[in-house]
Amino acid sequence: MTSSTDWPLWEVFVRSRRGLSHTHAGSLHAPDARMALRNARDLYTRRNEGVSVWVVPSAAITASSPDEKDPFFEPAADKPYRHPTFYEIPEGVKHL
Amino acid sequence: MTTTVPHTATPEAVFDAAVAADERIEPRDWMPDAYRATLVRQIAQHAHSEIIGMQPEANWITRAPSLRRKAILMAKVQDEAGHGLYLYSAAETLGVDREELLDKLHSGRQRYSSIFNYPTLTWADVGAIGWLVDGAAITNQVPLCRCSYGPYARAMVRICKEESFHQRQGYELLLALSRGTEAQHAMAQDAVNRWWWPSLMMFGPPDEQSAHSGQSMAWKIKRHSNDELRQRFVDICVPQAESLGLTLPDPALRWNEERGHYDFGPIDWDEFNEVLRGNGPCNAERLAQRRAAHENGAWVRDAATAYAAKHATAHQEDRA
Repeated sequence: MTSSTDWPLWEVFVRSRRGLSHTHAGSLHAPDARMALRNARDLYTRRNEGVSVWVVPSAAITASSPDEKDPFFEPAADKPYRHPTFYEIPEGVKHL
Repeated sequence: MTTTVPHTATPEAVFDAAVAADERIEPRDWMPDAYRATLVRQIAQHAHSEIIGMQPEANWITRAPSLRRKAILMAKVQDEAGHGLYLYSAAETLGVDREELLDKLHSGRQRYSSIFNYPTLTWADVGAIGWLVDGAAITNQVPLCRCSYGPYARAMVRICKEESFHQRQGYELLLALSRGTEAQHAMAQDAVNRWWWPSLMMFGPPDEQSAHSGQSMAWKIKRHSNDELRQRFVDICVPQAESLGLTLPDPALRWNEERGHYDFGPIDWDEFNEVLRGNGPCNAERLAQRRAAHENGAWVRDAATAYAAKHATAHQEDRA
């Protein structure tokens, strides 16, 4: 007898409507990608929450480590000039 | 908002600062072992409750009085299965194995909510469960949407959205019975009489006897005390019962002007403890049915695995 947890874990991403990107909805177990898609439909789109679903093997995701959270993202921290609010523009100047 | 903790801070200090700042803890973050264990216990118990909770209502699917009611009830029971799966997913992010959780449910080593050990004797019980049991669950679960553990909080957001339909369909069902024939009205009243007290017990033991409350509040897993949520639920239900034209079976229930809340009578905690100990009306039946469902479903899991293997082989041959 096989158990459902011999099945790999899949991460499910749902596009809620056209024009929006896919968003992570949750995860599920399934023996292969096709079953994962069907299970994802039944589990995460019972109320028309989606027009498109992606399933990705959880093991295929490479993630940054939370331990190095600050050093990893540090390069962006001291560059406020990348934001439009960094610049002072005289009052009354329009369309800028 | 981000916490400003120096790079050199201990993992524990990072964790404490995140909880203090109302940030969420995510799966790969360092967390105290006891925090992890508490969450596994709570999320697993919650998941098991959803799965066992399918049984009392599924009992009435074949006997629903109309196609409309039957479709609604099937959708609701399917939602409970979905809620169980969202929660098992959340538990798995803490490093536990789903099979292990199911084993613990089947062997009685992990619990599910005591409310599901009561029988559904009449059709009106489906309404009383929707209104009172799901209503109590929502009162408990809405604050969990802000729980400090991210995956649990996100699962709860999804669940709460769906529970709202569960509660409203139950209320509508009871209203139809209450406004129906004398016998239907009596059936609705009887169901409310039987489900009211067990629903109040769903909030858990009184604050002074609640074993896990203090630490869970400190970790922001739990946001309100058992008694606080129970009071909130009573205050919500009294006017709803009036609109239904039904009474709540508590002679001590009355508005307390001074407190700004309804006073209510003492809860029979002996009954609660007996049900927890496994001596409720349906404990044995619920577990037996769950085990049978799992065993009888083995061939489906096997077939799905075989089908996947067959297609994987065919795919490889295509490539060759």
